[in-house]
Amino acid sequence: MLSLESITKTTQDWLFAKFSPQIALTIECVIVILLAITLFAVLGLVLVLLERKVAARIQIRLGPNRVGPGGIFQTAADTLKLIMKEGLTPDAADKFLFNLAPFIVMMVAMLLLAPIAFAKNFQIWDINIGVLYISSVSSLSVIGILMAGWASNNKYSLLGAMRSGAQIVSYELSAGFAVLTIVVLTGSLQISDIVAAQENGWWLFKGHIPVIIAFVLYIIAVTAETNRAPFDLAEAESELTAGFHTEYSGMKFALFFLAEYINIFIVCAIGATLFLGGWMPLHIGHWENFNHVMDYIPSSVWFMVKTFFLIFLIMWFRWTFPRLRVDQLLNLEWKYLLPISLFNLLLVTVIAIMGWYF
Amino acid sequence: MYNQTEIIKDTTDLGPEGELIVNMGPQHPATHGVLHLVVTLNGETIKKIEPHLGYIHRSIEKMCESLTYRQFIYVTSRMDYLSSHINNTACALLVEKGMQIEVPERAKVVRTILNELTRIASHELWIGAMAMDLGAFTPFFYAFREREMITDIMEDTCGARLTMNYIVPGGLMYDIHPEFQTKVKAFIKQFKEKVTEYEDLVTGNVIFQSRTKGVGILTASDAISYGCTGPVARGSGVNCDIRKIAPYDAYDRVEFDEIIETAGDSFARYMVRVKEMNQSIRIIEQLIDNIPEGDFVGKTKNVLKLAKGEFYQRVETARGELGVYIVSEGGTTPHRIKFRSPGFSNLSVLNHIAKGSKIGDLMATMGTLDLVIPDIDR
Amino acid sequence: MFLKDYISEVYNGVSSLLKGMRKTGYYFTHSKEIITEQYPDNRATLKLADRFKGEVVMPHDENNEHTCTGCTACELACPNGTIKIITKFDITPEGKKKKAIDAFIYRLEMCTLCNLCVAACPSDAIKMAPNFEHSVFDRSKLTKILNNPGSKIKEGIE
Repeated sequence: MLSLESITKTTQDWLFAKFSPQIALTIECVIVILLAITLFAVLGLVLVLLERKVAARIQIRLGPNRVGPGGIFQTAADTLKLIMKEGLTPDAADKFLFNLAPFIVMMVAMLLLAPIAFAKNFQIWDINIGVLYISSVSSLSVIGILMAGWASNNKYSLLGAMRSGAQIVSYELSAGFAVLTIVVLTGSLQISDIVAAQENGWWLFKGHIPVIIAFVLYIIAVTAETNRAPFDLAEAESELTAGFHTEYSGMKFALFFLAEYINIFIVCAIGATLFLGGWMPLHIGHWENFNHVMDYIPSSVWFMVKTFFLIFLIMWFRWTFPRLRVDQLLNLEWKYLLPISLFNLLLVTVIAIMGWYF
Repeated sequence: MYNQTEIIKDTTDLGPEGELIVNMGPQHPATHGVLHLVVTLNGETIKKIEPHLGYIHRSIEKMCESLTYRQFIYVTSRMDYLSSHINNTACALLVEKGMQIEVPERAKVVRTILNELTRIASHELWIGAMAMDLGAFTPFFYAFREREMITDIMEDTCGARLTMNYIVPGGLMYDIHPEFQTKVKAFIKQFKEKVTEYEDLVTGNVIFQSRTKGVGILTASDAISYGCTGPVARGSGVNCDIRKIAPYDAYDRVEFDEIIETAGDSFARYMVRVKEMNQSIRIIEQLIDNIPEGDFVGKTKNVLKLAKGEFYQRVETARGELGVYIVSEGGTTPHRIKFRSPGFSNLSVLNHIAKGSKIGDLMATMGTLDLVIPDIDR
Repeated sequence: MFLKDYISEVYNGVSSLLKGMRKTGYYFTHSKEIITEQYPDNRATLKLADRFKGEVVMPHDENNEHTCTGCTACELACPNGTIKIITKFDITPEGKKKKAIDAFIYRLEMCTLCNLCVAACPSDAIKMAPNFEHSVFDRSKLTKILNNPGSKIKEGIE
């Protein structure tokens, strides 16, 4: 059967047979980098279009439908426009930091791609501390945002960046605790181990109510971490015009925009891996026939379906809820989410020790 | 006298105690027009708000002085463009009062219905814009769907969607459209179905409530001393509905409640407007089947001349009390005209009630004041 | 007691959020609720209200005759000087001089579509037409002469 696993395996075998190990490894690296960049570009285009279509449907509109059939080339046309626009740098800005910031945000998003398992045995880097790596690297994105806000020399940008800093630092905690519940249940930080542990059922179903609570907490926390509504205070357009990227234009703005969507994809992919079994097909107990049918669907499709489901959920939030105020945002984290997630972690630990999960 | 460079310096540098001074407007996504707020910030907390006006000043009052009593009415549509019918009604009522023109019953009833439709349309737009200020985009589109039905009714009957100029001294410019009643009834039916959506999406939403409750509290005595009127004052528990105090047109023969909320915060002002829409529907329901037959315009002279003296007429627009004051020298044009616009007084209270709150609260407060900038600047 | 309040607060908050999501979810799944009108595409089926005030026109009948007497009532009624009427004197077959319009100049760019001129007209010579696509590349094109070339006043209109 043609699957991503066999393709990578054949490629690797062929490369190692043909070249010396060093050269083969270099070629592999180049291929991986190219694939990652392509994935970024495609994901950016698809997700922006998806967002616009979801928004339109919710708002009883049609959405983009002029460029290409059903408007599928709309985002490509927009990107072309953004590339051709002049990238202005304000006169009083700190030019080095100003130009560096979008790349930092983008690089962080790219780094997070490494440990994600896109399909069965299809992973860039199956690091043994995968979950830890993800939580530590994802908190770096705040540096790029702070940099952008500070370097723009604009008061709106500065306010947006400061809000973003407070927000990301706080919500890291409950996102971390939500992730920890799964680590406690699995007993491993490695992504492949976590996926393998869900072979007979996803953690969302196996782990009783505490895992469902952890899942909800995770979704809330990552929505805040990616600066999405109702937590989009960093770019609250009715208050701060565009927040930290007020002064950005052209391709530099596009990089911020792209990074936002890539970040959404990554957190949703991690959520799907931890709670919904990653690339594991849906298996229900002893229904052998059902499980067998499910196995026929390729693992990459499973992964994408789950991820896009979570992405849709986050988009649904955005187009339904009003925005929180900055003090309420921090209240929500420190007074509600953090105590609940601490208590929840305790419950999960008890469950894991007693072996009460399926 | 202000020096231009000094203004720029004032608003770009830090304040005397190192506060952040931020210019919100005249181009800003949340100011609904060209209002310029100079906001002094201490971190996220607002220390002072200074509104700068005049970006859309068209000297409507001076313009009206050179127009005859038939002509000046159309200009008033451009003041508070969301309640243009009500503005026109105020001017027509004043001319009628000054010249003792008898207005036919039919015209009075149709005017009342149209005024209430305008009020609903204005509140619909406000509810959408308010939700948008707080970051919820979707209610805007739902509110506009219902508002669109009203503008369609207006288009059918008056021939325009926003600045109708349908009301003339003595009655109406022409008779209502034959399908007017059926269309209004269809609108009432749809509105009653869809108004629960705002309940689900906005009113009941925990985020919306926490954003508006206890924010921008205006006490009743402050509302009176600042001259606030309309939903802003009624949200603070002040009886100020001109439709009740000094009924005009057909308001004396319809039953409706004056909505009073006592909390005085943004949520109270919000609830006043939401409930007012239902009261407007109630008024329309009482009148729509009872439009009397007869003339739609009373007998007027060809050339309108107001007697020498001073005249004043006030009406309740969607934003509060609109007063029209005319000094006449007995000619065909007003000698001096003055509009008492509700938005100006309502804006003046902004610094008082938003001081000390967060930037996000400023948007909630400003949203519930329901400012229409052309109404403030005129 | 505190715990109970806390839990009920969380419960009420979450349920109100879910209510909103149900509503937007309903619209997401029901495409028949979409109200977008794709304007330039639906030109053929676009129906404007018959009273829609788009511009002032002067109707002419099949003999190229209008009913404008050139009384300038509309010019006087107009609040912003949109209308300018230039009159001339025709010689009737009886040899008498008769006042008639030479040009009925209408400046669309100055018009606020208030309908006062139409209301003032004693002979129903002008009316509002439901045209709204007025954009042109040259502003001078918006200054129109409403009476057709060679048109004359209908018999019996004084």
